Amino acid sequence: MELLKIEDVSLKKGNAQILNKVNLSLGMGEVHAVIGPNGAGKSSLSYVLMGLEGYNDHEGRIYLEGKDITGYSVTERAKAGLTMGWQEPARFEGISVEQYLGISLKNAQDYSRNGRKILQHTVSEALEKVALSPQKYLKRSVDKSLSGGERKRVELASILLMRPRVVILDEPDSGIDTLAIEKIFEIIEEFKQLGIGILLITHSNKILSIADRASLLCSGHIIKTGSPSEAADYYTDQCLSCIDERYPREVAE
Amino acid sequence: MNHFEQMAKVYADAGGQPEVFKDSDVAHLVISGNKVLGAHLVPGLRVDPRETKDGVAVKIVVEEGVKIARPIHMCFGVVPEEGLQKIDMHVEVLDGASASVSAHCVFPNAVKVTHIMDAEIILGKGAEYKYNETHFHGMNGGVKVVPKTKIIMGEYSYFYTEFNLPRGRAGYVDIDYDAELDAHATVEMITKVNGYGDDLIKIREAGTLKGENSRGVLKSRIALKGNAVGDVYNEMIALGAKSRGHVDCTEIIMENARAKAVPVVDVRHPEAQVTHEAAIGGVNRTQLETLMARGLDEEEATEMIVQGLLQG
Ligand SMILES: Nc1ncnc2c1ncn2[C@@H]1O[C@H](COP(=O)(O)OP(=O)(O)OP(=O)(O)O)[C@@H](O)[C@H]1O
Ligand SMILES: [Mg+2]
Repeated sequence: MELLKIEDVSLKKGNAQILNKVNLSLGMGEVHAVIGPNGAGKSSLSYVLMGLEGYNDHEGRIYLEGKDITGYSVTERAKAGLTMGWQEPARFEGISVEQYLGISLKNAQDYSRNGRKILQHTVSEALEKVALSPQKYLKRSVDKSLSGGERKRVELASILLMRPRVVILDEPDSGIDTLAIEKIFEIIEEFKQLGIGILLITHSNKILSIADRASLLCSGHIIKTGSPSEAADYYTDQCLSCIDERYPREVAE
Repeated sequence: MNHFEQMAKVYADAGGQPEVFKDSDVAHLVISGNKVLGAHLVPGLRVDPRETKDGVAVKIVVEEGVKIARPIHMCFGVVPEEGLQKIDMHVEVLDGASASVSAHCVFPNAVKVTHIMDAEIILGKGAEYKYNETHFHGMNGGVKVVPKTKIIMGEYSYFYTEFNLPRGRAGYVDIDYDAELDAHATVEMITKVNGYGDDLIKIREAGTLKGENSRGVLKSRIALKGNAVGDVYNEMIALGAKSRGHVDCTEIIMENARAKAVPVVDVRHPEAQVTHEAAIGGVNRTQLETLMARGLDEEEATEMIVQGLLQG
């Protein structure tokens, strides 16, 4: 069974058609990349999937492990096993990294199988997994004092601890230095081992290379789904010469 | 329970550590209503409390060059449901001296209690004084707290003050702090208050950066629910060359609460600079949704964000 299934999802904001009949699916342990130019609708798609305010007035349906979660609140989706990592994660004054990661640990999905518990990381181990020293970072606040890359790594550690069924990662590599990108690969590999499905939004060909499948989103349309190289080639060969003309964003009144 | 034990208990309930009252290395001062229940000194610290009709007048001096290692613990309180407590405090931290104070102001049963603090703090050259006070006003909203403090700061001196009211009702709080800084002095004033019901929280913090290279930060964090009202007026005046100031106010309002912030930035020297930021409104949606995406419900997420703001 598919872990995540997106059926004919469309989203309109004012006159702009942000998403247009998007269909996508994700299997167990699969990495499905979503690529496309700036403004294509990638983040908007992630907001719709997570059920964020302002993105609930969409058409189409969303299924998680076969269950229709279309009308679910953000919390209900999280409890059902869906979470996401924001392109620009929020900052919190006065909440320590330790407290922040503790939330995910408390709400982690159960991955025991046949009565056997699958090893869950501690908060410190999760930090080490993203190459942040627990000694240095546990007591820091998840506030403006963290650098952009540090904040994104804390986000990844938090998702690692939550062990969702499906995770949407919106450009997990943006702002991350080249050394830490290796860590992202390791974490994605770990997700795959658990069978977690990953919807991976990215602009990086390096990250794209670990995907099993890729979809190319342009002006709110999925115009190609295939292997990562097929999608990337399509993007460079055809797309850059402008899909916008074929799919104008403004909808006629 | 005698009077002292009673105060020790409400002090502990408010987060204080009553065991320090038995530690001979730690200075303390315990005032209940207009009674001085305990005062313990350490070398270089002079405390002269005098009971008045409605409270206590106390003079505190930290002698020149004396560095008091451990915080001086102070506890002010009114245990009965009604009462008036007027504290007149005169503090002098002489040249090169340093001290820090951990104060608790507790009115746990208040239905009609008024606590008025009139303080004057004078810091000598290079003196350092840190004052951290935590308030607990009970659950009835029947407290009126009016602290007024004037701080005169000598060259290279440092003053830090933090006013915390993290839980319970605030009642009526009217804070007025005013600091005047000579060259190279630094002041930080932080206020963190939680209010609900029909609490009214008025804060006025002002800094005048008179001397060159003086520095000031005024920071307020207010969370309001119910019909509570917050009114923050922060004023930073920069007169000295290369003086730097920052005013920073965040107020979160929920339900029918209302908040107002007036940051006043007044710069009168071309080499001085003062910045300000203010964020007033409901709980930030992205913050909420981030925590909800980790499994918290909206109420839990709100609580975590608010407590972070007030206690972090
Ligand atoms: N609430 C909204 N109201 C109006 N327009 C919106 C709204 N949300 C998104 N858009 C528009 O929809 C388009 C898609 O935005 P989105 O953030 O999803 O793009 P993206 O593919 O993630 O781009 P990037 O690669 O830059 O992150 C943009 O043109 C954006 O301005
Ligand atoms: Mg985006």
